[in-house]
Amino acid sequence: MQFIQVIAVLFSVAVLIGVIDLIRRRKLKERYALLWLPSAIILLALSLWRDLLHSISRLAGVEYPPALLFFIAFLFLLLIVLHYSVEISDLSEKNKRLAQEVALLKTLFEQNTKGEKE
Amino acid sequence: MDFLQQRSLVTENLTTNKILVIIPAYNEAANIGGVISALRREVPHADIVVINDGSSDATGQVAAGLGIRVVKLPYNMGIGAAMQTGYMYAADKGYDIALQVDGDGQHPPDQIHKVISPVIEGKADIAIGSRFLGEGDYVPSLARSIGIKTFSGMLSVITRQKVTDPTSGFRAVNKDVIRFYARDYPEDYPEPEAIALLHKAGFRIAEVPIRMEARVWGKSSITYFRAFYYMVKVTLAVLIDLMKRVER
Repeated sequence: MQFIQVIAVLFSVAVLIGVIDLIRRRKLKERYALLWLPSAIILLALSLWRDLLHSISRLAGVEYPPALLFFIAFLFLLLIVLHYSVEISDLSEKNKRLAQEVALLKTLFEQNTKGEKE
Repeated sequence: MDFLQQRSLVTENLTTNKILVIIPAYNEAANIGGVISALRREVPHADIVVINDGSSDATGQVAAGLGIRVVKLPYNMGIGAAMQTGYMYAADKGYDIALQVDGDGQHPPDQIHKVISPVIEGKADIAIGSRFLGEGDYVPSLARSIGIKTFSGMLSVITRQKVTDPTSGFRAVNKDVIRFYARDYPEDYPEPEAIALLHKAGFRIAEVPIRMEARVWGKSSITYFRAFYYMVKVTLAVLIDLMKRVER
């Protein structure tokens, strides 16, 4: 086993265990782990199964197979980050709506309590 | 129809239509009192709501002290979210017409009748008070002028009608637009985008000439540093709006 392969295997295993542990301790919701788990599993498979990595590299015309590993990891990270941007947009829209509703409800509430006093 | 006739027709309709004046205000304690008293003089039939966008000064107290309904946003949410809150309020309470007027005293209340009449007469779904249709002598700074011309050109092409003052926040809208804006109103620098969205949804847009004053007190929220960012952001946002799914 080459040094780079050892590193790749260790790293993928660490990510996989880390993600599973975070889910187990309820620090990470499954829906956000959906992209992390397959990323880690595919990277681990490719790091362990050298022949697969090498034949994909040959097919893709990549001369240095570990570079393909980095490329795949990069694509997964891109997907994960994009997913976060979508989630953040959704959250900020919901946050805005909540704040607006709270402000309007508070106005209505103060109006009603004032009416009761009079 | 001459102006006096038009004005009396508008005044007549003012009493039958439920009108709401929305004033978004962020740290406008020095100006808001004047704006409110002028509004009461010019459109006594209209209700007024101040959207206090997380001001750190006495904006809210000044308005409330004058007996005005104040909706206080829990934190500074920006002009877009503040305006939308005003439209949500208008939609909830079933107003027929909503008028947006800046809290800084830039929009002279005596011009309101001009802005409101195309909407009351049913000639347009939204009427925008324009500073560049011959009335008044408002001269914007260079940075502002470049921005206004760019958006004006872009929106004129998009809407296939002349839009001379796309950043004007002096607007009147009817019930349909109130409902639309309550659901969907742009953020950050919303004015040009708000026009593009309405066009996309098939609403009729009209511009009316108005005279506008320089700010009474304080500085505009658009500084030179932000001008470039503003241009790029709004241009992109308008182009993206054209691709958005819009439900009327």
